[in-house]
Amino acid sequence: MKETVGTTGLILNEPLLWEKGKKGRCGYSLPRRDVDFFSLDQELRGEGPDFPDLSEVDVVRHYTRLSQWNFGVDTGMYPLGSCTMKYSPKTNEKQAGLSGLAGAHPLLPQDLSQGTLRMMYELERYLAEITGMDAVTLQPAAGAHGELTGMLIIHAYHKNRGAQRSRILIPDTAHGTNPATATLCGYSSVQVKSNENGILSAESVADLMDEDTAGIMLTNPNTLGLFEENIREIAEIVHSKGGIVYCDGANLNAVMGIVKMGKIGVDVMHLNLHKTFSTPHGGGGPGSGPVCVKKHFEQFLPVPRIVEDKGNYAFSDNYPESIGKVQAFHGNIGVIIKAYSYIISMGPKDLKMASRLAVLNANYIKESLKDTLHLAYDRPCMHECVFSDEKQRDDHVTTFDMAKRLMDYGFHPPTVYFPLVVHGAIMVEPTETESKEDIDKYIEAFKAIADEAKENPDLLHNAPGKSKVRRLDEVSAARKPCLAG
Amino acid sequence: MRFLPHTGEDIKSMLQVVGADNIDDLFSTIPDDCLSKDDLALPEALTEWELDSHMSALSDTMAVSPDYKVFMGAGSYEHYIPASVSFLLGRSEFVTSYTPYQPEISQGTLQAIYEYQTLTARLLGMEVATASHYDGATALAESLLMAVRISKKRKVAVSRLIHPLYRQVVRTYFEPTGYQVIELPYLKNGLTDLAGLDELNDLAAVAVQSPNFFGCIENLKEAGKKIHNKDALFITCFTEALSYGLLKNPGSQDADIVCGEGQSLGIPRSFGGPALGMLAGRKKYMRSLPGRLVGKTKDLDGKRGFVLTLATREQHIRREKATSNICTNNSLCALAAAIYMASVGGTGIKKLAGLNHDKAEYLKQELKKAGSKIIFESPTFNEFVVEFPEGFDSVYDRLLEKKIVAGLPLTEYYPELTGHYLLCVTETMSKNDMDILVREVKL
Repeated sequence: MKETVGTTGLILNEPLLWEKGKKGRCGYSLPRRDVDFFSLDQELRGEGPDFPDLSEVDVVRHYTRLSQWNFGVDTGMYPLGSCTMKYSPKTNEKQAGLSGLAGAHPLLPQDLSQGTLRMMYELERYLAEITGMDAVTLQPAAGAHGELTGMLIIHAYHKNRGAQRSRILIPDTAHGTNPATATLCGYSSVQVKSNENGILSAESVADLMDEDTAGIMLTNPNTLGLFEENIREIAEIVHSKGGIVYCDGANLNAVMGIVKMGKIGVDVMHLNLHKTFSTPHGGGGPGSGPVCVKKHFEQFLPVPRIVEDKGNYAFSDNYPESIGKVQAFHGNIGVIIKAYSYIISMGPKDLKMASRLAVLNANYIKESLKDTLHLAYDRPCMHECVFSDEKQRDDHVTTFDMAKRLMDYGFHPPTVYFPLVVHGAIMVEPTETESKEDIDKYIEAFKAIADEAKENPDLLHNAPGKSKVRRLDEVSAARKPCLAG
Repeated sequence: MRFLPHTGEDIKSMLQVVGADNIDDLFSTIPDDCLSKDDLALPEALTEWELDSHMSALSDTMAVSPDYKVFMGAGSYEHYIPASVSFLLGRSEFVTSYTPYQPEISQGTLQAIYEYQTLTARLLGMEVATASHYDGATALAESLLMAVRISKKRKVAVSRLIHPLYRQVVRTYFEPTGYQVIELPYLKNGLTDLAGLDELNDLAAVAVQSPNFFGCIENLKEAGKKIHNKDALFITCFTEALSYGLLKNPGSQDADIVCGEGQSLGIPRSFGGPALGMLAGRKKYMRSLPGRLVGKTKDLDGKRGFVLTLATREQHIRREKATSNICTNNSLCALAAAIYMASVGGTGIKKLAGLNHDKAEYLKQELKKAGSKIIFESPTFNEFVVEFPEGFDSVYDRLLEKKIVAGLPLTEYYPELTGHYLLCVTETMSKNDMDILVREVKL
């Protein structure tokens, strides 16, 4: 099709960066040259990169247009299951941008970086309190990085005891990052089947747990939005064989102030500050994935650790059994500042209230839509609920079609086709920051789409029709990859 | 609470729909012995205005420019960031979106990352680049693991002039794998000593950093020849991405995989993170790359569009057989780098990199004249090692009181270099700032 100047309304087309500009333009104010030119061996000099030359206006319009093609939490409801797309408070951005915090060099002498050290120390204590764990590292850069750090700690623990193990138990509802992380640590993943209620039974864990198994990596609440009710019993079984209980804290938003994982048998867990603690997802990061551990794993945490002495904060490397470092410096501090600001803005009561309302919102959606969509497990859910496209199969409409049609109604689709145990899964996590009115509109949209599925399924098959582009050819993108222009 | 929209009336009517008397009932599936009985012991909530003063007070304790002159680089560099970059980066459509799994409503992020991949490939002289990694150190660790996957050999060698903290991260990543990491020493001229390679066999890859940790520019072409002779993959690493505005890029010197830190490209230092792991490779290794990739395609009407692609390498499809466990990466930092590279442009980056080189050279020459020793003779970019006269420790402390941080003491990282400091100068240091440092050192 011929490219037109505009599409609909104000969604203008925009060329690629290098299709714009003219040689000789510059969108940057070159700093004053107050020193002479110095020679450099011609052998070392290159030609410089083939970047386009653009004015500041060219650049500003380019990225402003691109931004208009994106849907974010600030655009509308974004109920991606397991991703906790809650509102990111604007004041947090302001705090992270304060010149002292944003401009600091990571290797400054410690006397000259007390503010950031104190903030990190306090955030560690807050996260320990929320999870019921004893010690925390803020170094991991994202959830999967936190998982890796946690698994390395488990690996170091078994090695330290002189008996490395080869396997790790992972439920069939787990995120893909769990088995991928286990592999990085040399563990083979053993899948534990969830039972007819969507949770793990103690028996299935007992059947698989042995003394060659490093432990279990579970998510609680799990990815079906269900609380693992047998967690205490499972933890006992795992511990009795010398194993460790790892908890993926991706779904902590359901239970802040309600359940402390450290008190119910979990030994090591990671958090996602970009989920539970409101830091924005940034189109795929940066995130932050702190790891919280019980006392007997503390010596394995990454270095440097932050120590406090009479109101003075310092880094300490004096942990010979530490797994080492997982990032060059101290973690994603710019993200950590936002989570810290969020926690002290919410306080203990509203953090708990956030979890309560997140669970209320999810149950409200579950009840309101269960006549429209097939509900995979009809029982009280936590912060998210999982439907499927079973009721629409006779209409020859899939989860994929409904997800795409939701875009035409101005919403971001839920997580689809995950968890894998539900065929055609539709996983909805509204979070607590969505109001009843907005949720009602979402419910209405889903009901209208289910009606369309019966009456005019092609509307769904051809959706979306109102977005910048229509359905994209992902197959040829992968078959003949074009990754650079 | 302003982030929680529910009124009492909302809660009541929602509970009615759910069929519960109160919110507590919704938690009935949690066994009683799992429920926390006490309130969270956290400080009481602050108002927005109290938060402002609390955070300002923390911020005020930090030694940053313009108050302080920090002659410290070592993997984290101070560069000017145009207001337009920060402003565009704050567009909340970019900031508050998720990983672009639904391409039709994520074309902004997707086109921007495709452009980032392209500019990165051009900067490094490579064919393909990934969407981003956490930082330079993890990008190096993932590059080495990638080389192990490609070559099916179990040993890698890394130069001792790769950033010491990067090498620590590599050791951490490699510890459970059973693969061996060998360190290569350095020569008196401040470059990597590759002579030891002759003794080593069965190497998956050799990694060299340029400019290296001492700021010295390695002879990558020569290194590449020696490394390829050993049938190993040639990995180059960098901490200062801006240097390739001036220096020959690694791709033109036969690197197979290039990785490093992109913080210099429009990302504030933020005490070390978030940063930007950059990773690029030859097209033939494309399917072994770790991390996200954006590709160009067409929609149903034949219009250009972009999608995440080659997902069969990734954890959410391949699970335990994935090339990496990475999921959330550092997308917004990649966007910052793209906007920065677009703003500075092809003509601008040459001038800017030249200015960085010349300023650092100025300080180096002036310190030399003032009697300090520049122990490594190789040409440098932005950073160099200075051996100050004995007893400099107290001068260093006196300078701190005068709000000057005179570089990074190297003893902790290289015990053989007591009394040696790594100094860094970028475009943000004026001649006057440098003259003051020289004067103070001479005193």
